[in-house]
Amino acid sequence: MNLVVCLKRVPDTETRIRIDASGSVIDPSGVKYVISPYDEFALELALRSKEATGAGEVALLSLGDSATQETLRKGLAMGADRAVLLTGESGMDGLATAKALAAELEGADAPLVLFGVKAIDDDQQQVGPMFAALTGRACVTGVSSFLVEEGKVVCEREVEGGSETVEATLPAAITITKGEHEPRLASLKGIMAAKKKPLEEKPAQAVASRVRVLSLREPSARPQGRIVGEGADAVPELVRLLREEAKAL
Amino acid sequence: MANLLVVAEARDGRVGGASREAVSLAASLAGPLGAEVEALVVGGPGVSADAGSVGAAGAATVRVAEHEALAEYSPEGYTQVVVEHVRGGDYVAVLFSATTQGKDLAPRVAAVLDVPLATDVTGVEVEDGVLVIERPISAGKAFARLALDATPVMASLRPNVFPVTEVGGEAAISAYTPDLDASSWKVRVLERKQTGGGSVDVAEAAIVVAGGRGMKDPSNWNLLESLRDAIGAGAALGASRAVVDAGWRPHGEQVGQTGKTVAPTLYIAVGISGAIQHLAGMRTAKTIVAINKDADAPIFNVADYGIVGDLFEVVPRLSEEIAALKAGG
Repeated sequence: MNLVVCLKRVPDTETRIRIDASGSVIDPSGVKYVISPYDEFALELALRSKEATGAGEVALLSLGDSATQETLRKGLAMGADRAVLLTGESGMDGLATAKALAAELEGADAPLVLFGVKAIDDDQQQVGPMFAALTGRACVTGVSSFLVEEGKVVCEREVEGGSETVEATLPAAITITKGEHEPRLASLKGIMAAKKKPLEEKPAQAVASRVRVLSLREPSARPQGRIVGEGADAVPELVRLLREEAKAL
Repeated sequence: MANLLVVAEARDGRVGGASREAVSLAASLAGPLGAEVEALVVGGPGVSADAGSVGAAGAATVRVAEHEALAEYSPEGYTQVVVEHVRGGDYVAVLFSATTQGKDLAPRVAAVLDVPLATDVTGVEVEDGVLVIERPISAGKAFARLALDATPVMASLRPNVFPVTEVGGEAAISAYTPDLDASSWKVRVLERKQTGGGSVDVAEAAIVVAGGRGMKDPSNWNLLESLRDAIGAGAALGASRAVVDAGWRPHGEQVGQTGKTVAPTLYIAVGISGAIQHLAGMRTAKTIVAINKDADAPIFNVADYGIVGDLFEVVPRLSEEIAALKAGG
């Protein structure tokens, strides 16, 4: 069975965010970019699924600028078979992104499409379920592991205070959270092979963003805190401050 | 007249605190927009019993969609009910809570209605008659002010950010049974499992007790469980990425950019040094306490109150003192 994994190029989590002079854009200088970590979990599970069944391909799909080619090559080096880059703006309007991805996959042989549960830059958590709603697919979010069976996918899902086993009819779209498997590192052989794998770049079907960023700001500075004391002897004073000053207990 | 709609969330037949926060926010916007606040409660038979609680938070009317097939959250059933309700009304905005359920439901509804959505919103204002939204990006490393060029404006609100104002109002409640065909649904829950540690999710908890590598061993989490239990209902455990990566704690507890972003009233960081991606995820907590043996740990830069010392001595004493405080009323 063919699997499609949607990837986003995002700033690494160690990145310090700087807002540029315009006040509405992140300054890209000095930023290291990576595959969004949850998308990497999705790719790992897709590769494991293909390895378990021994059939079908794992294709990558991304919406972004041309530099996203580098990100897709990393995914190919991990083991994906081919990649498609839709060049266009991947802004904060998740619905516009979902529409561009849906247009690309219309009519494709892709029974199961995987997303990370969220991109770690915009943190919107919406492209996967929106894509599913647009394409009439079943959708399960927050999946930590899955098993493809005849005509369906059985998913383990994280919920408040526990987990669920959920069955979805194919075709489906699922969003992946961290599970028990760490994403594999690309081997040297994988990196060499990735250079020869197909990577198609074409313009995304233009969908105007209806989310306008008016401005960005740094988080508010927290007021200067204080060290209450050292060791267990400081605890009674801490509890008093939490109760009387912070009114937090 | 265009109104504000809050899609309220009922869990175990009770309307959640996050929904009352959303109703209170809507009530504060209703005046400037010249709108009324309406709440939609979706659930199984009997869910209307607790629907009045959103009236006290400022909803003028409450519609209750009751159906056996809605007793547990079903993405398809809930999406259908909310979409039909929004289409049948005239709304300037539709607000959800950014809980696990709300984050699953809101994007589906937005896509079907063909309107954009802002997730995990931390601020909403009316400027020149238009809603302006603020939300964190990169787990709180920056905040974006946004305008959504569509009607209705659709947003999910981060729990614990917006205060509940009890206005003591009484809402007109009316229940109905939506027409649903559960046999056509493509997603079915086969089994639900509770994991240990209570049902309060770290993203919604009023108080979070979080542990990091300084805990030294997963078996030492009994100290944090005791502290959580001493604090009582509304408290949840959190964890740093390091201890989740080490397999000591489940990923559902992880706070930070590759976990959950939290905004509790009290965040107690135990043995957490404070990596940038962890600080991003918890720095909007109202009060932060740090307990760490390293006085130079970055966590102390965001903490309101710090204790430098051995957590294995400090934490048990803290549990004792809080238990004594609770016992003494």
